[in-house]
Amino acid sequence: MIDFLHTLASPEMFFLRCAMIFGLLSSVTVGIIGTMVVTRRISSIAGAVSHAALGGVGAALFLQRVCQLEWCSPMLGAVAGAVATALLIGCVNLFGREREDTVIAVMWAMGMSVGLLFLDRTPGYVDWQGYLFGNILLLTEQDLWMTLLLDAVVLIPTILFYNQILAMSFDGTFAELRGVRVRVIYLALLAMTALAIVLLINVVGIILVIALLTLPAATAGCFTRHLWSMMALGSVLSWLFVTGGLAFSYCYRLPSGPAITLVAAVVYVGGLGFAAWRGRRNR
Amino acid sequence: MSSAIEIKDLCFNYETSSPILEHVNLAVADGQSGCIVGPNGGGKSTLLKLMLGVLQPSSGAILVFGKSPVEARAMIGYMPQYHALDPAFPVTVLEVALMGRLHRRFLGRFTAADRAAAMEVLEETGTAALAKRSFASLSGGQRQRVLIARALACDPRLLLLDEPTANIDPGAEEQFYGTLDVLRKRMMVLTVSHDLGFVNREVDLVICVNRQVSVHSAGSFNAADADQVYHHKVNLIRHNHSCFCNCGGEEAHK
Repeated sequence: MIDFLHTLASPEMFFLRCAMIFGLLSSVTVGIIGTMVVTRRISSIAGAVSHAALGGVGAALFLQRVCQLEWCSPMLGAVAGAVATALLIGCVNLFGREREDTVIAVMWAMGMSVGLLFLDRTPGYVDWQGYLFGNILLLTEQDLWMTLLLDAVVLIPTILFYNQILAMSFDGTFAELRGVRVRVIYLALLAMTALAIVLLINVVGIILVIALLTLPAATAGCFTRHLWSMMALGSVLSWLFVTGGLAFSYCYRLPSGPAITLVAAVVYVGGLGFAAWRGRRNR
Repeated sequence: MSSAIEIKDLCFNYETSSPILEHVNLAVADGQSGCIVGPNGGGKSTLLKLMLGVLQPSSGAILVFGKSPVEARAMIGYMPQYHALDPAFPVTVLEVALMGRLHRRFLGRFTAADRAAAMEVLEETGTAALAKRSFASLSGGQRQRVLIARALACDPRLLLLDEPTANIDPGAEEQFYGTLDVLRKRMMVLTVSHDLGFVNREVDLVICVNRQVSVHSAGSFNAADADQVYHHKVNLIRHNHSCFCNCGGEEAHK
């Protein structure tokens, strides 16, 4: 551990410091969006969105390299794919008559397939494993600025509309009867979730993104009785999990994504145990 | 007296399903209280959702206080069945009650006046002592009363309660009826219930819903002995059938 701190301080370890700062900055978004995902029970939508983001990445890389559209970056593709998928699932949910879980499963698999086919036809080297499993150590300074921007985009509406969000998450019908624009907030929430997912793909990758969106908030849920405190504690836990996971992966030379996920999962199980113990004691 | 709720030749069905409500006519005068009864799947909850404007009629018209249900929402307090809600949601009792004050605030925090109003309705439903407790830690009866408090916080003229006695223990049920009796003096209360014990309380109307709707005044609704209905579910079923005999419904000869 001391060794890790020494490394962190050394000048040539920019990427590691970058990763640590990212862990801190992203925690605001993770805590808030994660709490929404957990309490609104949309983790399967989050899963579909993260996989569909690969479709966007593949299409963007293909356009960039084959059609020479330089502005078409993988990040842009991921954002487009993720937001489009999230809104599509949301609209089917609100207005359609299809079974929700079927639509989610279809989007999940389709997005992945589209991405893999495009990547197959894209010339040159593509680090597709980086997208699947993430590589926090490849973060750039630009990513950090984007993270800060997303924090603002998520945090400001959450503070302004906190009461509406709370009422909608607890009981959508009642909130609608009190004049809350439930559908608008729901779709905005899904769009923000999609943006958060794209951001987190950098850290833990498409496959493990669900872990960061559920574990910190679910763990916080074991200890809190307000939505806002669940968000706040979720943010702190997210920071601890990412930092702890990074240290763990650095010390034992393990891939960062799975290390972060497992650190979070172990604490979550501990939290569940604590909640069960407290529940029994109070009975 | 003008009608608070007026339904004219209303039909409702989901896109592909068979009709859930057919040719419903109903008029409830301002100040009257009623109980909506009928078999499961008969359309009780659908009727309630139409009154709230959550569902739109396939044909026909519905007016609440002379307005469309969506416009009348501010005057309606609604209590859903509590088991439709997430039992582990992180929210306190006071926060739940404050949701009833939401239409007064577009942005920002609740004021001290909102908090005082919320505490008052919690007091009225006997749950003020629980204000700081987590909603998840309450018993079924306590949750039910907190949800009534939330509906009261809307300061409604019409209170709609969906199955308020489902899943609460008999002791809590008595207390609950007492609360309702007090409320009926102040506002219209319509209750959806499968429990006919309700009917023999201070209710003006009994609204029977089974695809069609028929209204009895509580006085003429004496087919069953009140006490027996209270204690034996068998009588409740027989009562229902005799009720639908009177309505001339399809159940008549079952």
